[in-house]
Amino acid sequence: MSDKPEKFIDENGLRLDGRQVDEMRPMKMELGVISRADGSCYLEWGKNKVMAAVYGPRELHPRRMQKADSVLIRYRYNMAAFSVEDRIRPGPNRRSIEISKVSREAFEPVVLTHLYPGAVIDVFAEVLQADAGTRTAAINAASMALADAGIPMKGLVAACAVGKVDGQLVLDLNKAEDNFGDADFPMTFTQDGEVSLVQMDGNFTQEEFKQAVEMCKEGCQKILGMQQEALRNKFAGELSTDEVDVELIEEDVVEAESDDVDEGAAEPEEVDEDVEESQDDVEDHSMIKADEPEFEEDEPEDEPESEEDEPEEETA
Amino acid sequence: MSNEVMSALKKDYIYNLILKGERSDGRAFDEFRDIELRTNVIEKAEGSAWLKLGKTEVLVGVKLQVGKPFPDSADQGVIITSLELNPIASPDFEAGPPRENAIEMARVADRGIRESGAIDLTKLCITEGEEVWMVFIDVHVLNNYGNIQDAASLGAIAALMTATIPAEREGKGEDSPLPIRDMPLAVTLVNIGGSMLVDPGLDEEAVCGTRITIVSNQDGSISGMQKSGDGALTEEQLLSAVEMACKKASQIREANLLNI
Repeated sequence: MSDKPEKFIDENGLRLDGRQVDEMRPMKMELGVISRADGSCYLEWGKNKVMAAVYGPRELHPRRMQKADSVLIRYRYNMAAFSVEDRIRPGPNRRSIEISKVSREAFEPVVLTHLYPGAVIDVFAEVLQADAGTRTAAINAASMALADAGIPMKGLVAACAVGKVDGQLVLDLNKAEDNFGDADFPMTFTQDGEVSLVQMDGNFTQEEFKQAVEMCKEGCQKILGMQQEALRNKFAGELSTDEVDVELIEEDVVEAESDDVDEGAAEPEEVDEDVEESQDDVEDHSMIKADEPEFEEDEPEDEPESEEDEPEEETA
Repeated sequence: MSNEVMSALKKDYIYNLILKGERSDGRAFDEFRDIELRTNVIEKAEGSAWLKLGKTEVLVGVKLQVGKPFPDSADQGVIITSLELNPIASPDFEAGPPRENAIEMARVADRGIRESGAIDLTKLCITEGEEVWMVFIDVHVLNNYGNIQDAASLGAIAALMTATIPAEREGKGEDSPLPIRDMPLAVTLVNIGGSMLVDPGLDEEAVCGTRITIVSNQDGSISGMQKSGDGALTEEQLLSAVEMACKKASQIREANLLNI
């Protein structure tokens, strides 16, 4: 590990990597990168490289893990052995178990879990290269992968971190700021503006904390914008007609949900079928199919237009 | 912990009570259960504390040993905190490797002490790069009636404040008190039906979707935070929780720690 730099912010107010204090590292993302998965996303954020894939909703074994009234979400955050300077032992460790837990809990409030009782949605987030902020990068990728998989959600989730160096709050920590800075405060915002992950260590005054929340919120809003754009780029082309848009927006979410619950409750064993059925929105389906051989992507398409926060794979 | 078994009826009852502004044990939303703290209860340990938070009980022991420092902090002592949910404390705890719940709790407790800088680690250096004091903080959960996190945090700092460096025993000079320079305290709040409640009891933990633990220091600064559970918080809830946690922590500190 390199030594602690003398100063993190130069006289021009720029950070070690030349960024402004409220500037994020460049981020790019690509959807549908793993063809076996139901949804996937490769994301680069500065030097972080992460890959997220979603499988499901699918049948859950062992059956004792099944939840009678909702889908089980499993989230696995995993770092590749070669992702950091000193090789790490492959497999779960206490850190990754904790991160997996809080990341899963960041998505539980947005996924419409009651739609697939007894089933499981598996989210796998692999950190291929780590350079500070891997849990937030993984969450951003996972959020996209869930949308790509057509998982019904209230909205996307975006994550970023705020830290403190030289007594100054900075957005999206780089490696040196992460290692030697005075605070690290990762957070997620949902599209509804709610907070679904909060962790913090280091030291903030209460005033700094308030500012940090605002800073993080702005960062997350930017990320949400990028995520929506990426989804639009993949799916909007297939959605050229206005009719579809209007239909999606007008659809009453509550109604749609209750329909699905009934279906699911009646046939808990056949969740997979339910999925297909519920996604058989004939019109949309065929349109997307043109480009995507696998099934299910009626959801993401409404993600793009959902400036307002009612996505939904629509259904019934 | 949501793994506690509870009937849907009872959950409903607790939830509805809270909507009416009451808690099942009659406390106010911002009221902690009674705290009873005894220190130096284990003579063999360098420091110890037996803490009761209502009926929740934890025993924290501190042991010090001479060890090798980490290469990237050659002049600093080492802190190792562990917390396990032993089967003695609840019918829902099982023996075996810790589950994510226990790992999370242990790591939050560890970060609370480490990040606050409560222990002056540079004073624990014996010979730079060769020998330092390693501080082991072991939290033994004895009886779980909810909010182990806060009980562990208060117990840990109390045990540390009573701890002695056993220099004579190890042939490293004279005994001295462990250098403690802050008193970080965790305060946990849960969100039930939009209301934030401090110090959740077992039943409230079973009902709540979201909990947030905030570690604050004597000067009112914040040194740790963790949201847990399958719900989300609004920004206002988060900010007010932080304010409340700092206020509660300073009350608890005053009532329990200042006279140690």
